[in-house]
Amino acid sequence: MTNFHYIGKEASRPDGPDKAAGKAVYIQDLQRPGMLYGKIKFSDFPHARIKHIDTSKAERLTGVRAVITATNTPEIRLGFLRDNFALKKDKVRQYRDEIAAVAAIDPEIAEEAIELIKVEYEPLPGLFSPHEAMKEGAPLVHERDPQGNSRTDNLVPLQFHHESGDLEAGKRAAKHVVEGTFTTPMVQQCCMGTAGCIAEFDMNSNLTVWAKTQIPFLAQRDFNRALSDMGLAGKNARVIVPTLGGGFGSGLDTHCYEYIAILLAFRTGYPVKIVYTRAEEFANLSPRQSSTTKIIQGCDQNGKLTFRHVEVLQDNGAYTSWGATYPSVMMMPATSLYRISNVYFNAQLVYTNNTYCQAMRGYGNPEFTWALESNLDELAEEAGIDPFDFRMLNSNKPNETTPMGLKISTCGLKECLETVAQKLNWKKRYKKGKHRGKGLASLIHVGGGARIYRSDASGLILKLDDFGNVNVYHGGVEMGQGLHSVLTMAVAEALGVSSKRVLINPTDTGTCPWDVGTHASRGAFMACNAAILAANKLRDKIFGLAEVFYPQEVEKNLKKLKKKNPNYKPPDFDVIKAARRENFELQDGFIFIKDGPQESWLRLELARLLRAIHFRNQGQMFTTEVFYDPPNELPDFKKGFGNISATYAFGTQGAEVEVDTETGEVKILKMVAAHDVGKVLNPQALKGQMYGAIAQGIGYAFYEELLSKQGKILNPNFRDYKIPRVYEMNFPIELEFIESNDKFGPFGAKGVAEPGLVPTAPAIANAIYDAIGVRIHDLPITPDKVLAALKKLKQTKD
Amino acid sequence: MKKEISFTLNGSEVTVTIDEHLCLIDILRGPLGQTGTNEGCREGECGACTVIVDGQAVNSCLYPAFEVEGKNVITIEGLQEPNNKLSVFQQAFVDHGAIQCGFCTPGMIMSAKALLDTNQNPTEDEIRDALLGNLCRCTGYVQIVEAVKQAAVQLKNKK
Repeated sequence: MTNFHYIGKEASRPDGPDKAAGKAVYIQDLQRPGMLYGKIKFSDFPHARIKHIDTSKAERLTGVRAVITATNTPEIRLGFLRDNFALKKDKVRQYRDEIAAVAAIDPEIAEEAIELIKVEYEPLPGLFSPHEAMKEGAPLVHERDPQGNSRTDNLVPLQFHHESGDLEAGKRAAKHVVEGTFTTPMVQQCCMGTAGCIAEFDMNSNLTVWAKTQIPFLAQRDFNRALSDMGLAGKNARVIVPTLGGGFGSGLDTHCYEYIAILLAFRTGYPVKIVYTRAEEFANLSPRQSSTTKIIQGCDQNGKLTFRHVEVLQDNGAYTSWGATYPSVMMMPATSLYRISNVYFNAQLVYTNNTYCQAMRGYGNPEFTWALESNLDELAEEAGIDPFDFRMLNSNKPNETTPMGLKISTCGLKECLETVAQKLNWKKRYKKGKHRGKGLASLIHVGGGARIYRSDASGLILKLDDFGNVNVYHGGVEMGQGLHSVLTMAVAEALGVSSKRVLINPTDTGTCPWDVGTHASRGAFMACNAAILAANKLRDKIFGLAEVFYPQEVEKNLKKLKKKNPNYKPPDFDVIKAARRENFELQDGFIFIKDGPQESWLRLELARLLRAIHFRNQGQMFTTEVFYDPPNELPDFKKGFGNISATYAFGTQGAEVEVDTETGEVKILKMVAAHDVGKVLNPQALKGQMYGAIAQGIGYAFYEELLSKQGKILNPNFRDYKIPRVYEMNFPIELEFIESNDKFGPFGAKGVAEPGLVPTAPAIANAIYDAIGVRIHDLPITPDKVLAALKKLKQTKD
Repeated sequence: MKKEISFTLNGSEVTVTIDEHLCLIDILRGPLGQTGTNEGCREGECGACTVIVDGQAVNSCLYPAFEVEGKNVITIEGLQEPNNKLSVFQQAFVDHGAIQCGFCTPGMIMSAKALLDTNQNPTEDEIRDALLGNLCRCTGYVQIVEAVKQAAVQLKNKK
């Protein structure tokens, strides 16, 4: 086992002091000289033809600098399928469709101007559920596809399908079969800092966008395409990421408001800032998709799973974001959580006139695992097997390939299950009538990047200066999760310098090398792997040049020492002979010879060596660049096959609950989470990730639901959309980390950002079933649903 | 209607001309340039904008600006000590991993300070009561509660 100096130790985050002092600069805080404020006029109907837009009054308002619509600006298309437009011309397909926008000298004038814009509509019949939208003869949300071809239905043209083994044989082999349909609601990311950007052109028509994004380089690509649409082909968009007030998937796409800010900035010649209010954020920023999952699983008489049949239906909303590829992740647990052969998986996404959806933490996995792990408990009961034993029996194992072709390298699932069972005192169950129960659920998730794009790589530059500082340039995004905390540690560890000397630069496409984006729990895995590669390159170069310069510099040390202490007798040690690249070690910012004498003059400060190499004729400096691309594959999602990640994270959560059968309220007595994280990089940061994810899982389980009626968001505020407060999180959470030391992971670590919320809701639902014998199929588990289920149970018994 | 108001901000007297409809957060973040106080909802629901007025933690997004006339206002900027040093409250949040995206942090720290200024030995329930109006989406609150407990201990030891 390697002896680490930084990795695995508690460390506070480098951006902590600024954040605690109120000095972190969020998009809300950023100002540019001459900056104008942009505001958007959103649609008044969920589905309507735009007959006429009158902007004349808004244009005449003092302080307004520009009013734009689709008719006076170039068409800019966006979205995963390029089916969305920055400004809508002929028709609106959702309440949040952008019809016009203004730039004004202050936000109040901009808002006033928006109210002066009058739009005439011809309302069209709307579609507000995927079931409605799939009916024959349903109105079309999109009459034409982005290529201009006529469309005949509302299905989103994306296929996610998997078939493996022999489903019929699996069904025949099943002694017990359980079928269920489970639903999950739309939920919002609820970043505490709302979305926003500033767009600014220089006089060469190059663009800078300060963006609240998780994908600066894909955003650069998108914005460059927009520049091209604006007649500015060949001009460049530079994307700079300010401090993010949370991300949780909301920054995985570029958004209409960003293109609108770009159009306004170009029109006015001044920087334009658009920041959403909380109400705008709830109503106009894409949430997590709702889902309906039909699942059938079967097992043989011994409890071995024999088949799994899954059909998922998702409400895409009016346009298509990256989030439409949720099923690419759902497919992973569907084919690979627990050992299973004979799998059928199919997912369909349907256009509706609801708000369009996007990525959120877990990316399809919480939705699907809700169905899988709830249904698995039902199957265990049907087979008469304890849910824990049932899961142990079917648990994944290391070094296996799953039906989807996932190559499981390390797998700590059994340890996770055992740990949770032990901590929950699983075998000791509450007596009937106590209304107390225990439940378990597990997960698999990508832990080694996720290739959902042509490149899953991450570049990194290390630049050493004359003072021994290590400047790090990395394209990943710190959004609160702690990326810069572990990247600091990884650079310090791998290079051999003090973590105080590691300085991480702001994420900026103009200075940082390419990275596909901070999503899929890949940030730390990619950045730290890249850091190790870069550090090794630098060490190699340093040690090579040290063969000449180390002896010279330590000789000076020795002279100084002898001057101070004439009686000093140096050890019998031939420095020049020992100064071979393979003999050097760099630790904590000092270079020395491994296994050499422990004399202080032989420990040379790295900064001094760097200066000796720099300040001379034909001097050299140390900057190194790497591009780490993980060993994973871009799956064929139509066939549902491919090793999407270099390694996979596993975990189990357990809940102990008490249900008030009078009110339907569920009280959590205890949560236990055991996760196979490969290796703990920073315990403090990791615990923070897990606690936070579990809180989001609690919200998902009990109350979060973005309510929508006829396409209109009904609860666009924190009064009516409840997220967990400190009051709701008032129960013990026990965390255990299983270190499976994955060979692909940096220092053995796997990605861990999303797993913490994936199994929370089903673990709780399984505990509720254990407590009172009712099975809730639809999230969130509100008191009303619990009471209704209890009533139904009573009626069945009577 | 414009109006001139004077009050004490982080120990210094300030005078600003305000529009009467503005809230405290608008003048803090606007003319006074104190952007450490964050606006998370502008409806008094998230607590990101919490500041202390005459010893009470308040939502500065709802607090009418003209009402601070003659009062003592403390914001996150007022906690920092000389020579670029964090206060006990701030340092406890850093040390305990109570910060992730950091957007809620200033408000959270101000609520904690308002509590500990009047109650040196808070129980965990009292800490939770004090933080009830402060939403955090990142941390699950566990390390925040730990940080406030730690700050309480350190403040006592300091005295």
